[in-house]
Amino acid sequence: MSQLRLSRSELPGTRFTFGVALPLLALLVVGLTFPLFGGGYWGVIATRACIYWVLVAGLNLVVGFAGQIAIGWVALLTLGAYTASVLTAGNVMPPLHPYLALAIAGVVGAVFGLIIGLPALRLRTFYFAITTLGFATIVTQVALAWQSVTGGGVGVPGPILPEPFYSQWGFYYFCLALAAICTWMTANIAASRFGRALTAIRDADVAAEACGISKPALLAMVFLFSGAVAGVAGGLFASLQSYITPDAFTIDLSVLFFIAILIGGQGSILGPLLGTLLLTVLPEFSAPLVAWSTFLYAALLLVIVLAIPGGIAELLDFKNRRPLESGRAIMPRPELLSRLLGTAKGRSALTLDGVSLSFGALRAVDELDLKIEPAQVHGLIGPNGSGKTTTLNIISGYYAPQRGAVRMNGAALPVLAPAQRAHVRIARTFQTPRIVGSASVLENVMIGATIDGMGTFVESLLSLPRHRRDETMLRERAMQALAAVGLERLAEVRADRLQHSELRFTEIARALTLRPAFLLLDEPAAGLSANEIAQLSALLAAIARAGTGVLLVEHHAELIFDVCDRVTVLNLGRKLAAGTPAEIRSHREVVDAYLGA
Amino acid sequence: MVESIVSTGLAIGCIYALIGITYNVMYSASRVFSFTAGTLGMLGGILGALFIARMGMPVAAGFLLALAGGALFGLVTEIVAVRPVLKSLDQHLYVLSTLALALMVQQFTAIEWGTEARPFPRLIDIPRGGFDQQFWLPMLACAVVIVGLELLHRRTLVGRAFLAIAEDTYAARALGLPERRLRMASFALAGVIGALAGFAGGQMLLAFFGNAPLLTFYGFVPVALGGMGNNRGAVVAGLLLGLFQQTANFLVGGIFASVAVFTVFILVLLVRPEGLAGGVTPRRV
Repeated sequence: MSQLRLSRSELPGTRFTFGVALPLLALLVVGLTFPLFGGGYWGVIATRACIYWVLVAGLNLVVGFAGQIAIGWVALLTLGAYTASVLTAGNVMPPLHPYLALAIAGVVGAVFGLIIGLPALRLRTFYFAITTLGFATIVTQVALAWQSVTGGGVGVPGPILPEPFYSQWGFYYFCLALAAICTWMTANIAASRFGRALTAIRDADVAAEACGISKPALLAMVFLFSGAVAGVAGGLFASLQSYITPDAFTIDLSVLFFIAILIGGQGSILGPLLGTLLLTVLPEFSAPLVAWSTFLYAALLLVIVLAIPGGIAELLDFKNRRPLESGRAIMPRPELLSRLLGTAKGRSALTLDGVSLSFGALRAVDELDLKIEPAQVHGLIGPNGSGKTTTLNIISGYYAPQRGAVRMNGAALPVLAPAQRAHVRIARTFQTPRIVGSASVLENVMIGATIDGMGTFVESLLSLPRHRRDETMLRERAMQALAAVGLERLAEVRADRLQHSELRFTEIARALTLRPAFLLLDEPAAGLSANEIAQLSALLAAIARAGTGVLLVEHHAELIFDVCDRVTVLNLGRKLAAGTPAEIRSHREVVDAYLGA
Repeated sequence: MVESIVSTGLAIGCIYALIGITYNVMYSASRVFSFTAGTLGMLGGILGALFIARMGMPVAAGFLLALAGGALFGLVTEIVAVRPVLKSLDQHLYVLSTLALALMVQQFTAIEWGTEARPFPRLIDIPRGGFDQQFWLPMLACAVVIVGLELLHRRTLVGRAFLAIAEDTYAARALGLPERRLRMASFALAGVIGALAGFAGGQMLLAFFGNAPLLTFYGFVPVALGGMGNNRGAVVAGLLLGLFQQTANFLVGGIFASVAVFTVFILVLLVRPEGLAGGVTPRRV
């Protein structure tokens, strides 16, 4: 057990580590020394790249991390540009100081980021993509029509920053500084519980819910942040252009932002940064490329989608191309569980009282009573279609029972609120493992305890002490869980490189990281070898010994009779029998209906 | 005034409905919403103007060639942007691949055809007057497509195979239906319908590359409100959209009419994400 007490610097993990920071720092050095090499027009290009990145960095959290297809983000650039310009031009009200105008542009951007973004909670992918596109068109049209404020087609002058940021290089350094800050902030988020939760929403939204991640709250924060930086970027853009008209904000620009992220690769900071630089600079090499730039971007997007869905980030991911050791075995160490889970503190049982649910004429679950005791393994068996998984989905809040209730500590658990289950310490696994393939095994397991972090989104953004404490705590707990299920050697490996059995144990580790009072397992032995099933059996027994109540839905009779304290047999949604494994094994009807002679 | 609002509104509504049907035909065959639906409408108008006005072909020849161009682009969409990503439908890569293809065609058109809106030739040589051909041609096209699709689905074996694929792709394949060829045929058909929308509406919308994003958006509204894959819903919603837009156009002016349409669209979707006609939420767990 002692080797688990690693010092902080030895702990592997998702921190914003030196290895991650190195290429970004190198780019910053290039940016800082850029005025020594180029000048004139290239200075404008470099400034533009910085401004674009301020926007793309924020959008990257929406598109690259949360996986929301937000195409029309140019709308926020437009809003920010006009807000900053109109407020400093003084054609509507007394002119404001440029910095104040930039800040207000950020606020306006944040508000509209939320407004554009929120439909993502209700609408499916393509619907959301279309609405963002529609929003981008509308904003430009309003800018054109609202002549008294925006100057219509004639336009309005952009804000002019005072010295020392008035000169070309002064303004460049101002934009570079903002770009660097945005890079730092989004990298902090990427390496925080919020960043991991976003990727979980993207790749495994059902599992994210089961881990207690509230999609609306999280997305709202991300849209606010992304909108704010887009608004500021708009103000800077207007300043760089020195005069803005609606023509400056074409859909092509939106496409550039969006495609830069996908070319860079989802779930990466460096990739989209390189993508932004590439797309900004590429058309400058020859005149025909300017006219054909959107065509080029679109063609690049098509190639990326069809050939390298991981983008530049995947090409640069050398670490995960090293072959994994073959013939590796999962070696759980159940003795480590008592430290992770603590000891039982006299919790009460999880009960189902007369729960019924029909799908049309099919009675999937019919008047089911069930009592899952703490510190016991309760087996739920029955033929296919007998209602096992439906029962599990009712307990974990995905289905609402038409009659009856699920109770814990005497109180009925809310229905259709799967994200609430983690808060009462109910964790679960799935029939097919639901894992974030592009994240490391450790990151996946850390997602399990997302709700135990104390820091807020802003604290993570700025990497304040509470955020760092959260990360250390989550990482330590996840490593304990991984060691207990025997996967700690794979902690740093991308999860989609694992074998099926390893994914099953990863899911169990993720559930254990929550320190669950009750653990619901949906056919955990499916696809495991005999040896692995024996390991699983020992692990489940140890979990129960540590005080957690386990509900085991399983077909594998040997595992059930080996590890369960009590067994309930379902048939056609009804309880056919209940009792100790010995009683069930000799129950006549059960033998006839299910086990066979 | 009312007369003009109604005739313009219904005509535009028919074009939107046709683009909506284009979305639906592609969706039924593949479960894919394609950003190329509006591009097809844009191509119909531009190809018509190219063949008839610029190259001086007879109207009938230009019409057939424009439709053939639409069918060809439909096939290209299927091969390039849809088939390769069908295996991973839940990752929504099709949104990106069809968007990429739509943008490429749109930009190509902008450069080769120009960014100016050019006039579309008058198709039938009769004097202008009251209820002009630019209004009744889209309506006629819409009626022909609706009746044609009904007949296709009810009377022909191929049409029933389309319905089978739309209902359950796996079961259809298990029955031995040539799923891939039917899908390609559906995309070609969608191409014809989309190009027909642009061709019939050419005199109203002109031959303009910017019609692509416009039609992609306004053509999707009937699909979203009428229910995915529901052609009758698309026609009703399309006509309502056209009337609403023209009324708003008259009352508050063109640009704020777009804002009104967009706002209503978003609000309706937020209240009824499955569209006004309803639908089923797929099982998640």
